[in-house]
Amino acid sequence: MGYVIKKTSINLVEHALLVSIQDDITDTEILELQDRLSNKISENRIDGVILDISALEIVDTFVGRVIAQLAGISRLLAADTYVVGMRPTVAVTLVELGMYLPEIRTALSLTHALAQLRRV
Amino acid sequence: MPQSATANILTVLDTDFKGIIEEWLGTQVKEGVKRSDLFSDAESRNQNRELLKAFSKGVRDGISGEDFDFDDTQWDDLRAVLADVSRERVNRGVTPTEMATFVLALKAPLFERLEAMQDSEHGVLIRDVMLVTRLVDAFAIYTNEIFILEREQIIDRQRQEMLELSTPVVELWDRVLTLPLIGTLDSARAQEVMENLLQTILERQAEVVIMDITGVGTVDTQVAQHLLRAAAAVRLMGAECIISGISPMIAQTMVNLALMSAPFPPGRASAPPCRTRC
Repeated sequence: MGYVIKKTSINLVEHALLVSIQDDITDTEILELQDRLSNKISENRIDGVILDISALEIVDTFVGRVIAQLAGISRLLAADTYVVGMRPTVAVTLVELGMYLPEIRTALSLTHALAQLRRV
Repeated sequence: MPQSATANILTVLDTDFKGIIEEWLGTQVKEGVKRSDLFSDAESRNQNRELLKAFSKGVRDGISGEDFDFDDTQWDDLRAVLADVSRERVNRGVTPTEMATFVLALKAPLFERLEAMQDSEHGVLIRDVMLVTRLVDAFAIYTNEIFILEREQIIDRQRQEMLELSTPVVELWDRVLTLPLIGTLDSARAQEVMENLLQTILERQAEVVIMDITGVGTVDTQVAQHLLRAAAAVRLMGAECIISGISPMIAQTMVNLALMSAPFPPGRASAPPCRTRC
């Protein structure tokens, strides 16, 4: 897999994991990301996860579900999880698809999410 | 040897061009459609002259046999002048009836002159009159079309302006936006409101949005749905949405709807999607 350019990255920022999701992510990459993320959270005893989806321009129900799943997994592993940087068009699309995602926490930007995490 | 109808009409137009204009104006006065209050004498005369000039040009080039197609290029001039005159008149508040009568008033002077020219044959006169009638009618119908088109454009423009005016997003404090909603919320407006609001949240990096619906008269299930959707989209973007000014009636509608589609489970502890203050 060495030659494959990763569509996602997981970085440690102030005791929290920052996960960036690219627009052209494929299904297999998402599953791989889930695996990597959950392992990293439990190994490093992370207590905050930030999903940055500001690069996402197009969403469908699959992507919507994946976002909810990633947030759900992190929460079950006792990490506070924030979804940040959702574009207006993406928000409208998700709402129109009936995916209100009430179980996920959102923040405007990375800065906002980090401020929230520091408060806890 | 009788001339063709076209030739007859042209002769009439050429021999007494000025007289026809004056009489046309006279008929307009008689019919009460001249609107001297809106147009000066010189202006009216000028408009009539331009129209008649374009009209005779059309008659000269645009008729083959006794047939003509008003959409042909030979009639371009007349159509252009007509469009101009009609537009001018719409903007000054002339009614469609007055406009049509104004055009149709051209028939009388033409008929009189045709009659004066052929004192001999009845058949020829009727033939000529028929052609003039068809020409002037086409002329009048076209005017009406322009008239309606122009009005539609005005209505469209006003609707657009109203749409923009009716969705103001105001920055109350730093990072706090308010959206006072007034009137009725239909799907188109709700969409506009939502897009406008989300875009502003992004631009101003707003953390709190207050949607005030005191001015929304009636809320049916559809409007409530729109509001809840907007609130949900705001929350997804990471801002907090507060809906204020909810009347008892609206509260009932929204609760019924929220319970049915359950986008927000009641009694959830963390970060409620909408908080209400009256």
